[in-house]
Amino acid sequence: MADLAIGSRIELNPPLVQGGMTYADVSEKISAITENKPPKQWYYLITISSLMTVMLFGCLGYLVMTGIGVWGNNNPVGWGWDITNFVWWIGIGHAGTLISAVLFLFRQKWRTSINRAAEAMTLFAVACAGIYPLFHTGRPWRAIYWLFPAPNEYLHLWQNFRSPLEWDVFAVSTYATVSALFWFTGLIPDLATLRDRAVSRGRKILFGILSLGWRGSSTQWRHYELAYLILAGISTPLVLSVHSIVSFDFATALIPGWHTTLFPPYFVAGAIFSGFAMVVTLMTVARWVYNLQNLITTKHLENMCKVLIATGLMVGFSYGTEYFIAWYSGNPYERFAFINRAFGPYWWAYWTMVTCNVLSPQFFWFKKFRTTPVLMFIISIFINIGMWFERFVIIATSLHRDFLPASWGYFKPTWVDMCTFAGTIGLFLTLFLLFLRFLPAIAMSEVKGVLYQQIEDGKGTH
Amino acid sequence: MATSFLDKLPLPEFLKPAEEGPHYGVVGDFDSPEDLLRAIRTLRVAGFTKMEAYTPFPIHGIDEALGEPRSPLGRIVIVASLLGLASAVLLQWWTGAVDYKLIIAGKPLFALEPSVPIMFELSVLFGAFGAVFGMFHLNRMPTYYHAFFNYSKAGGASNDRFLLAVEAADPKFRGEELKTLLDSLGSRHSELVEA
Repeated sequence: MADLAIGSRIELNPPLVQGGMTYADVSEKISAITENKPPKQWYYLITISSLMTVMLFGCLGYLVMTGIGVWGNNNPVGWGWDITNFVWWIGIGHAGTLISAVLFLFRQKWRTSINRAAEAMTLFAVACAGIYPLFHTGRPWRAIYWLFPAPNEYLHLWQNFRSPLEWDVFAVSTYATVSALFWFTGLIPDLATLRDRAVSRGRKILFGILSLGWRGSSTQWRHYELAYLILAGISTPLVLSVHSIVSFDFATALIPGWHTTLFPPYFVAGAIFSGFAMVVTLMTVARWVYNLQNLITTKHLENMCKVLIATGLMVGFSYGTEYFIAWYSGNPYERFAFINRAFGPYWWAYWTMVTCNVLSPQFFWFKKFRTTPVLMFIISIFINIGMWFERFVIIATSLHRDFLPASWGYFKPTWVDMCTFAGTIGLFLTLFLLFLRFLPAIAMSEVKGVLYQQIEDGKGTH
Repeated sequence: MATSFLDKLPLPEFLKPAEEGPHYGVVGDFDSPEDLLRAIRTLRVAGFTKMEAYTPFPIHGIDEALGEPRSPLGRIVIVASLLGLASAVLLQWWTGAVDYKLIIAGKPLFALEPSVPIMFELSVLFGAFGAVFGMFHLNRMPTYYHAFFNYSKAGGASNDRFLLAVEAADPKFRGEELKTLLDSLGSRHSELVEA
C-alpha cells in the first residue's frame, strides 16, 4: 500500500533533475558544452545560419543604397512584411521573459532548466525585431533623432509623445535593456563557475572579468536574490505592457480590423503562444544535440505543451470575439473587413493562420504528442508559421481594403522582403548557436538549488 | 546575542584572544548545506560573529543562521523608479508644453493620460538599473581581488562545496585551533588563509 502511494507520487511528480545527477554533475554537464568542441551538427547549422546572416546584411545594404521601395510596401499597404516581422519577433521574445519572470514569481521550479536559453532567445528576437522599424526609416543612422528625444541641431523639434509609435520606441528599448540586465544578472554565478573551472589563461581572464569577482558568499547571495526577485517583479508588468503597447500601434488607428479594444490582451496571449512555440522548437533540438535529457526532461517539455494549449485557446477565442464584435457593432466597414479577411483575396493567409494556431495545438490534448519531442517540434513549427500569418493577416488584410474602394490595393512581397526575413531567422539562429557554444545554456546555480530541494523532499518521504 | 550557558563555561584553548598576523581567516569545506548550517549554528553559539559562507547556490535559512539583516536593495529600487517616473513626466511636459509647443489633433500640449505608457516604461527601466547596479554596489562588484580566493579550494564554492570562513576580524579568532574546531564540525579541508 505504502509502495503504491510512493509510486503514484513519483508518477504524478517526476523529479526535475533526473538520472541521479549530483551538484558536480550539473556543473560538469553544462560547463563541458562550452569547454569542448561542439558536435558536428553545430558546425552544419552555424554554416547555414551565418550564410543567411550575410544575406541579411546584403539585403539591408541594398535597401539603404536604393531606398525602401525595394520592399513590397505600397499605397494603401504602407506596412507590409516589415511590421509583420517586427511584431512576430517581439512576440517570440515574450516567452523568455514570461519563463524567467512570471514563472519565477509563481514558484514554478520547472522553469530553471529552460529560463537561460529562453532569455537569450528574447534578446536575439528583440534584436531581430529592432532591425525592421530601424531600416523602415530608410536612414538608420539618423533614426536616433527620429526615434529618441536626443537633443540635436538637425531636426529642431521633439517626438510626438502622444503617439503610440513613440510609446513603442520606449517600450521596446526598455524591454531590450531590462531583458539584457536580467539575463546578465542570472549569468554571473555561472560565469564564476566557468572561471573557477577554466584551465587556459584566456578563459581565466575572460570569465574572471565577466563574473565581476563573484564569490558566492552569503552576503552576495542575499543582495543577489533580492535583485533577482525585484527584476522578476518589474519584468512581469513590463512584458505585459510591451505587447499591449505594440497593439496600440494598431488599436488607436481608425482602420476597420485594427480599431478594437480587444487588441492588448489578444496580442499578449499571441506573443506568449508564439514565444513558447519557439522555445519548444529550439529546446527540443538543443536537448537532442547536447544530450540534455536529464536536465530538460519530458516534464519540462510537457508543461510547455500545456502552456501552448492554453494560449492557443485564448488566441482562438480572440479570433471568435473579433468576428462577434464585427457583427454586433453593426458597423458595415467593420463587418466588411472581417468577411474580406476570411473570404477576400487573402483568404489563404487567414485559413493558414486558423489551421496552424487553433487546430494544430489541439493535438497536445493527447499525452503522446506532449511527450514525443519530434511531434512537439513539428507542431511548434506549425504554430510559428501560424503566428507569423496572424500578424500578416491583421496588418495586410486590414490595410489593403479600407473605407474607399477607389484606394483598394494588394500587397505582394518582393525578393528583398523574403531574403530579409530569411536573413533575420539566420541572424537569430547564429546568435543562439553562439550562445549555446560559449555560455552556460542552463542556469547551473538555479538547477543546483532545485536539486537541493529535490534531495530535501526525498528525505521527507523516506 | 543572548548569553547562553556556554558563555559561563571556562574558555577552551582555541577561544583565546586573536593572534597577530595578516590572515583573512580560517576556511572550512563542507559536504552539504546541512553540515554547513550545523557548523554555523554551533560557531554562533560559541560566540563567533564574523563569519561568511560561500555556496554554489543560495541556501534557505543561512542569513538567519549568520544573523544577517535583510538587504536594503528594495529602497534603492524604489528611489530609482521614482526618478524614472519623474524624468518621464518632465521629459514629456518640457518637450511638448514648454520647449516646442506643437498642437497635434487639437489635443492639450501636456496631459497625464497619454503620458502614462512612457511614465511606466521609464519607471521600470530606472528600477531595473537600480536593482542591478544597486546590487553591484552592495556587493562591491566588480572587485577582482578578494582574500577568500587565496583559499586553495575556493573554486568549490561555485561547484559543489559549501565553504565557511571565520574571518580574522572576529574577536574570538584563533588561527590554528580554529582549524581543528572546523574539522571536528565536519569540514573536509580546513585552512588558515592569507590576507
